[in-house]
Amino acid sequence: MGDPWMQFVAAGLTSGAIYALVALGFSIVYNACHAINFAQGEFVMVGGMAAVSLVATGLPVTVAVLLAVAVAGIVGLLVEKLAIEPAQRSGKADVVTLIIITIGVALFLRGVAQVLWDKRVHPLPAFSGNEPIAVFGATVVPQSLWVLGGTALAVLALGWFFSRTLYGKAMRATAINPLAAQLMGISTRGVMLVSFALAAMLGALGGVLTAPITFTSYDVGVMLGLKGFAAAMLGGLGSFGGAVAGGLLLGLLESLGAGFVSSAYKDAIAFVVILGVLFFMPGGLVGARRSERV
Amino acid sequence: MPAAANVSERTGPATSVVPAPAASGWTRRFASSRTGGLSALALVLALLPLIFPNNYFFEVAILVALNAIVCVGLNLLIGYAGQISLGHAGFYALGGYGSAILAARWDWPAWLSMPVAVAAVGALAWLVGRPTLRLKGHYLAMATLGLGVIVSIVLSNEDRLTGGPDGMAVPPLLLFGRVIQGELPWYAIVGLALWLTVWFALNLIDSPIGRALRALHGSEVAAETVGIDSARWKLRVFVQSALIAATAGALTAHYAGFITPAKASFLHSVELVIMVVFGGMASIWGAVVGAAVLTLLPQFLTVLKDYEMMTFGAILIATMVFFPRGIVPTLQRLLSRGRP
Repeated sequence: MGDPWMQFVAAGLTSGAIYALVALGFSIVYNACHAINFAQGEFVMVGGMAAVSLVATGLPVTVAVLLAVAVAGIVGLLVEKLAIEPAQRSGKADVVTLIIITIGVALFLRGVAQVLWDKRVHPLPAFSGNEPIAVFGATVVPQSLWVLGGTALAVLALGWFFSRTLYGKAMRATAINPLAAQLMGISTRGVMLVSFALAAMLGALGGVLTAPITFTSYDVGVMLGLKGFAAAMLGGLGSFGGAVAGGLLLGLLESLGAGFVSSAYKDAIAFVVILGVLFFMPGGLVGARRSERV
Repeated sequence: MPAAANVSERTGPATSVVPAPAASGWTRRFASSRTGGLSALALVLALLPLIFPNNYFFEVAILVALNAIVCVGLNLLIGYAGQISLGHAGFYALGGYGSAILAARWDWPAWLSMPVAVAAVGALAWLVGRPTLRLKGHYLAMATLGLGVIVSIVLSNEDRLTGGPDGMAVPPLLLFGRVIQGELPWYAIVGLALWLTVWFALNLIDSPIGRALRALHGSEVAAETVGIDSARWKLRVFVQSALIAATAGALTAHYAGFITPAKASFLHSVELVIMVVFGGMASIWGAVVGAAVLTLLPQFLTVLKDYEMMTFGAILIATMVFFPRGIVPTLQRLLSRGRP
């Protein structure tokens, strides 16, 4: 065993990367409709569980992983099309109603998973073996590197999407001012659809990358969803850079807190952080002061 | 801002049931949702025991009433102050655990431990609400979410005080030197508590405070322009709703004789919010109906076994899509449309 500090940092970055992916999903949906999508954690579960089933059919792990992310993307599209869009079309759905709908979606998806699979915990084989390797004085499993690499790749691809493609720019425009975006000919419905699909795929990526380490089950999304939300808050809800920074920071705080302070209160750290952020810097780490629209 | 656009509709139910301001006097008072509704509630509460065939019905009715008490308080916050709390289960459980710990570990009498625990929860709510309610937006939701999860983790971990994840036994309630036990006395106490809560809530809404709250739900800026201290009123309602939740929690603990950390879980907080929104935001009767329907529903859905959670989720989505205002306001609207 190497230096305990490095060991905790490695563990913290690994779980922080997952929080970052979930937090990105929260921010994307928040930007599209100002609602907090409480089904975000369930997308993580869908990804992990789908990958487990696909691997069980004999597919190679890489193919199964990509297919699982695609399946989650489709689930995201369906959620928007079947639950969010009808509510918004009636024109009476305010943000609170949308939030309650996403809670309903979370319960529904968890219920379906419970029927489709079962209530047991499922492992997914590691992508490239379980032989621990030494990195910077810490001993890590190769899967940790997959988690960090996969997350970095996803963040880069997302950055390219939002800054270089027309669709990404349309989504940013909608986030700033939906009405003005609509007047410029941007379909805000389309933006909603893409937002949910993207959020679902990011969550699912987190789910498949981490399933070999932490395993997966039908209710894995509850805590991951709440912690991802805490990470998004920490970074400033709606900010992409903030989501990534918030996720990694939260993972580190949690791992160091569990290692040096109290492992029984590991799960509480994220929520102490939420309260600290709200009391002392409500805009989040990178949140700019925004003017109030009346 | 969508909230500002439909404020007149949102606050509608309280006024739209009253026929017209011209119809004055006693008849109008009785037809109003306040006097008439309170009498009807008292009548229903008094008559229900006559048709209950066995104790199971009493147990479910007590459960419904306890949830309804929490929901009426929570609805003051959600429907009138326009803020969500995702940690009300934390206040509820702290009320129960506080009273249970004082009574079981230090031998306090329940008539003393209950108010002390409830007051402590109020102080905690004030501490959390004060900094967050000065911010615009749904920051209270996030703060209460954090607080609720922390409470549930602390209750599971501090097993010397709380008995840990398995919960703890709670001493029975002693009133006037008598142990309150059995279904009928408890039904009477909880029913009275529910009636008092509804009475308090209806009065609060018809008072200047209620008007101030509705004004700031519509447009905070406009309300502040006419001199309403929005942060102060929101904080007050938040603390009151926490006090109500804690009272219900303490009653539940002493009634059941047992309490577990599950009472503080995030899922329970969500259930409470769902009851309010399902029944109808900004409708006191909606909170009562929502609590009743959603407490009874799982009792029926248990026959579905594994499909229970799925069905519950689907019902929730469908209700919110088709009745975004909640059940009671939608029905009131349909009924008043039928009238000439």
